[in-house]
Amino acid sequence: MNATVKPGFNPSRRRFLAGAGGLTFCVAIGSDGIHLLSEAQANTASRTMSAWVRIAPDGMVTILSAGAEMGQGSMTSLPLILAEEMDADWSKVAIEWAPADAAVYGYAMNNGRAMAIVGSRAVMLYFNQLRLAGAQVRKVLIANAAEKWGVAPASLRTEPGFVVDPASGQRMSYGEIAGFGAVPAELPAVDKSELKDRRQFRLIGKSVPRRDIPAKVNGTAQYAIDVRLPGMVYATARHSPVHGGAPESWNEDKAKSMRGVIGTVRLPDGVAVIADSLPHAMAARGALEVTWKEGRAEGFDSEKALAETYVQVHADPSAKRRTLDSKGDAQAAFASAAKTYKSEYRSDYGYHAQMEPLNAVARFSAAGDHVEIWEGTQAPDVSRGRIAKALGFKPGQVTLHQCYMGGGFGRRTLGDYASEAALIAREARRPVKLVWTREEDMAHGMFRPQSFQCLEAALDPDGKVTGWTHCVVGDGGVLLATGIKIPYYQVPHQHIEARGVPHGVRLKHWRAVGHVFNVFAIESFVDEMAAAQGMDPVDFRFQRMSISPRARAVFEKAVQMSDWKARRPEGRAVGISISERSGSLGAGVAEISLDRATGRIRVHKAWVAIDGGLVVQPEAARANIESGIVYGLSSVLHERVTLKGGVVEQSNFHDYHVERMADVPEEMHVAFVERDAAPSGLGEIGNPWVAAAVANAFYRLTGKRLRHMPFTPARVLEALQA
Amino acid sequence: MQVSVNGRSHEVNVEPDTPLLWVLRDVLGLTGTKYGCGISACGACTVHVNGEPVRSCSMPVAQVEGKRVTTIEGLSRDSSHPLQKAWVAEQVPQCGYCQSGQIMQAAALLAKNPKPSRGEIVRHMNGNICRCGTYNRIIASIQRASREG
Ligand code: FES
Ligand code: FES
Repeated sequence: MNATVKPGFNPSRRRFLAGAGGLTFCVAIGSDGIHLLSEAQANTASRTMSAWVRIAPDGMVTILSAGAEMGQGSMTSLPLILAEEMDADWSKVAIEWAPADAAVYGYAMNNGRAMAIVGSRAVMLYFNQLRLAGAQVRKVLIANAAEKWGVAPASLRTEPGFVVDPASGQRMSYGEIAGFGAVPAELPAVDKSELKDRRQFRLIGKSVPRRDIPAKVNGTAQYAIDVRLPGMVYATARHSPVHGGAPESWNEDKAKSMRGVIGTVRLPDGVAVIADSLPHAMAARGALEVTWKEGRAEGFDSEKALAETYVQVHADPSAKRRTLDSKGDAQAAFASAAKTYKSEYRSDYGYHAQMEPLNAVARFSAAGDHVEIWEGTQAPDVSRGRIAKALGFKPGQVTLHQCYMGGGFGRRTLGDYASEAALIAREARRPVKLVWTREEDMAHGMFRPQSFQCLEAALDPDGKVTGWTHCVVGDGGVLLATGIKIPYYQVPHQHIEARGVPHGVRLKHWRAVGHVFNVFAIESFVDEMAAAQGMDPVDFRFQRMSISPRARAVFEKAVQMSDWKARRPEGRAVGISISERSGSLGAGVAEISLDRATGRIRVHKAWVAIDGGLVVQPEAARANIESGIVYGLSSVLHERVTLKGGVVEQSNFHDYHVERMADVPEEMHVAFVERDAAPSGLGEIGNPWVAAAVANAFYRLTGKRLRHMPFTPARVLEALQA
Repeated sequence: MQVSVNGRSHEVNVEPDTPLLWVLRDVLGLTGTKYGCGISACGACTVHVNGEPVRSCSMPVAQVEGKRVTTIEGLSRDSSHPLQKAWVAEQVPQCGYCQSGQIMQAAALLAKNPKPSRGEIVRHMNGNICRCGTYNRIIASIQRASREG
């Protein structure tokens, strides 16, 4: 590899590539997960395998991590789970990225989906398998020591990095064993009962520093945008401003006459400019005049759709609908209700705004039949497939080098920009770095869909919630529907549905996506009912809804943490809400104040209680939840994408506002509710509760409801006047 | 044109209006300084010019002729600047992409005001976006560096 890889670049794969001597364990990747194998098994198996754990005679243990690191810490926490069960000395564990690279490792990319790290679920997916793998390695180490000492394996113990014989007091380091030992062709089976008891954990549940952090304080962490190759040229792109459009013609001569410009390239939905430097490419992009073929989103007016179209679709009894959840007889519950409630809510489009504008680097082999790509991607397998398809290649002709990601949030799972880099590099006949400008990243963004929602509830004569209907209207299929179910409330009669209205606007997962607006609506609505019944919102949930024990527990914790019923200082109020995501539950409280002259809401304190099962890395998890709270507040108070004439109206951070330091709560408290269960996802449980908690606090402060997210100053002032 | 970066003088052959950011990253290979917005709205590209924090995306390279430019790579040789140590101790970075700019912005503050109040920190840092929301840890780290020097 000739890439400029900086000295501090960490992790590298030097140790694996150098690897001779020591003990090597391989991993098989299948649709049923991962299994540890000996090298002998790996070499005879029909599936392709890659080395996974290596113990060197110097005692260093190298563990590969399926490498999508975007700040959530899974690069550290996944190897740590394995290290725990093998009883490795963590200070002697090196972590290297598992390359999505068939040529080097025979990494089974067609099954790679099983290895892709989808942020919040990484630990949840691999927890058990990594523990079993670690225990197998430990068993092999013990067997080798037992043979050397001539004792029974069962009589031996391990301490971090050592096999110990309690009878004789002898100790043998893992490195020594690696010097003489062997990995049996058939690895010993390990039963769940042989795993450590959680009280014996030395690493899991303790906080160890994240391994990616040192390189992120001195500029050496390598993102795709930092890769430099010999002879590399630069490209940037302009895409159809109306999503779904394609270029017809453009002023190529003008572009080519500009400083440093090498040429232009037609992309499926845009035009790329290649130049000798990025500023030259960016200047030429600015001068491009492109005639576009009509795009799918032609003429789309997002505010009109939200104000009018969705309301009509909701009112239309013959509108197409998808039932998302249904039980009991909602109609009957409403017919026999003592009291019914109905409310409507809206939310705008949201943009990921990951800090690193999308980019990738591509280089073809001299023969032009193989391409290397450097990309920060949440799904290397998908990306590789997409690149191959764009080029008419087989996946084997694509080598993907994973890089750190400057934020993902669901945007980086498609390989779209990496495919563009490949197409451009093929035309350029040189290595190319493609960098979208921030303006392009936003204009050609893929958004969290906007939504209109109508909720209705039926209460029986005892005031118990017996009927529930929720209809969400908008574009986006599953993206519209996540988080809309309410299993934690167990209302006996429910009907939950979505009505789709296609607009041709590019949409995408976005940190918990549908949860953001669905939970806003659900938890605001519950709060409205509680207020109408003259009840405390927590008491209402406990007494009038069949709340699940897990949900009750996180509410109780949030109540205790925030001293929920305590008086707040003058001008402050608190609101509470709950959400579920990836198996985790989180209840949170926000304490706000309001500047009535400007309409600016300020959140001073946030408390959140999380049930995420066993928390592997509490400190990293806490940081992740804090990040979610800030991301949530940002979407609740500032972020909105609007489209007019099918074109995105915002263009950069001056008009797409995100949370800044001055906006952040002075205090954020995160607590994990102890529960003896496997880990569940934590990366996206931090943000969905925020919207309703803020809106509910606003109600307590003002007696007014905020029904349209984000709660911009203009909307706040309007609500105050209502 | 001569530019002095991290104590070394370089002859660079670029147009005078080239933004300093791209000279640092693509001509000199100092890729720790990041591109985030290109319009002085995010702070990812922050470096020091004669000790003052500037947005290198919006500063023509001609303007730094004869001045001292310091980037994250030149803040310390071995991550030993008190802020870098504090950043590790507080486990600040998540994706990490904004952090070179954050650290450079913070270093300029401490150089002038070794004991900033929370309010002074927030005012000084408010132009630097962290999309991962590490703001409170950044504040804690600046306070720690200020304490531990
Ligand atoms: S890149 Fe310079 S301020 Fe954003
Ligand atoms: S750490 Fe990701 S943007 Fe700041």
